[in-house]
Amino acid sequence: MTRALNVHRIAPGATVQDRGRTGYRAFGVSCGGAADRLALAEGAALLGQSIDCAALELPGSGGVFEATAPLRIALTGAPMRAQMDGAPLAWSASHAVPVGARIEIGGALAGSYGYLHVGGGFQTPVRLGARSVHLAAGIGSAVQAQDVLPVAEDTGTEVGLCLPQDTRFEGGMLRMVESFQTGFFDPPTRDRFAQTIFRRDARANRMGMRLESEGAGFSTSEGLNILSESILPGDIQITGDGTPYLLLVESQTTGGYPRLGTVIPADLPRAVQTPAGGTMRFRFVSRDEAVQAQRRMQDHLAQLSKLCRPLVRDPSQMRELLSYQLISGVTAGDAPFSEE
Amino acid sequence: MDAAISKSFEPLIRPAGLDGVLVSFGDALTEPANRAALAFATEVEKAGIDGVEDCAPSLVSVFVQFDPVHLEFEALVDRLEALLRDRNWFDAAMPEGRRFIRVPTVYGTDLAPQLDEAAKAAGLSSEEAITQLAESRVRVQTIGFAPGQPYLGLLPEAWDIPRQTALTKAVPEGALVVAIRQLVLFSVSSPTGWRHVGQTALKLFRPDSDTPFFLRPGDEVQFVPATPDVLKHHADDPNGGAEIEAIR
Repeated sequence: MTRALNVHRIAPGATVQDRGRTGYRAFGVSCGGAADRLALAEGAALLGQSIDCAALELPGSGGVFEATAPLRIALTGAPMRAQMDGAPLAWSASHAVPVGARIEIGGALAGSYGYLHVGGGFQTPVRLGARSVHLAAGIGSAVQAQDVLPVAEDTGTEVGLCLPQDTRFEGGMLRMVESFQTGFFDPPTRDRFAQTIFRRDARANRMGMRLESEGAGFSTSEGLNILSESILPGDIQITGDGTPYLLLVESQTTGGYPRLGTVIPADLPRAVQTPAGGTMRFRFVSRDEAVQAQRRMQDHLAQLSKLCRPLVRDPSQMRELLSYQLISGVTAGDAPFSEE
Repeated sequence: MDAAISKSFEPLIRPAGLDGVLVSFGDALTEPANRAALAFATEVEKAGIDGVEDCAPSLVSVFVQFDPVHLEFEALVDRLEALLRDRNWFDAAMPEGRRFIRVPTVYGTDLAPQLDEAAKAAGLSSEEAITQLAESRVRVQTIGFAPGQPYLGLLPEAWDIPRQTALTKAVPEGALVVAIRQLVLFSVSSPTGWRHVGQTALKLFRPDSDTPFFLRPGDEVQFVPATPDVLKHHADDPNGGAEIEAIR
């Protein structure tokens, strides 16, 4: 039997994602790729494979899947309720899945984007150098119920590893640096932006999220007649009516609304994982501080496989696995892996 | 090219977020600045600077993406400044292999509902607006925003109209929109702040083709008035009934 994952049910907007495509910006194609790059790397570390392997990105909730061959899987990103043939599966962990086993992944308990990785990676078509589906560009399409997702050969064997639960799933403080259009905004507007608590709009997607706040907008008089200029993920664009949008991996490559600043790459996983209705704030940092954060992020990514530990039925381990749910106020009894 | 214009703006290097640099050849769209951006982007790519990950021209600028941990911002700026000193980029030649493309276009009607509004903003009657737009031979100044999507210009001065304050929820693929003396032809359905004045049947991006992008910087385009029936007739033609000839 071919190695594949049968999709019985799936959340709307779920897509196969890898690290996206570089080199097509000049043709108007933004990089795209997994919204939460850290989750992509965590899955690769748990399965001991290349970070170029494609995974399934699950926005808000998961679906029901069945393996057509023995597979290894890893679950990362926004923690979701997960079960295999009725038995709870630990999140942020890797598992063996026998032929015919039914994997059910429910709604996110925190955060926005969950990831289902398979040993070997998904072997969907490569277009313009990547398997990443780019919904905004019309490259590939969202996964639908009854789809069969081919899985590449898996050279690894290890399962039953876990990574410590991260805390990036509740919004919070996001660091930003000044960009080439920050000067369009007067200092009082910038200060007010940094003091404002924003709420993630429920319609957020891979292109970007509208940032809702009380009070006046953040418009600039210089805003509407400037030339369209390059956009990068993390840019905070202010439209004509003063509404801020945080632009993400699948944003357009250029745009004419001015950008107030740019969220640093190290904080983008936290930004995209802010749950619907979750709040966030922004703080300008110096370039030096931002480079330090970038270095720490690269070091962290390089260390991920060393942080993987065996998933054991040990009470002390248990507490760690459950800590996330306890912090976020979900009762421990509701935790999907409370019997692990 | 007018030497006085080309000397008036010193190329400007500024950070774009943490991992980007923007090299700008103007603060307004001029032909020399656009030529400079297209040629300099090619040069940066050729230079193969270690730590540079991507490079793309926009209208009058070049965006360079780099790894800020392995290539210091200041070191990259030094390299770019050295390249800038190599020559006068403002009189660079246009890219090779340019084409003149005439695209059947429906102006106004329910297919392009903002023609009247845009004409008013430009201080023209709707008929005058159609005539001016249809007679303009505009050039692809850059590809951006969405896959294969051109920014075209320049239009007559009357068309120096601002973007809308609020976004239009969505214009369809092939939509011709206008603002600030430029036209944009949409390659995908998208929200936009530009006004929708014409509709074409062009498929600018063909992800499964060997040549996925129809237009290239330097190509010249004229949007020839057509009826909705003509457009319907070309619905299955990815070129949307366009006539293409080489520019020699």
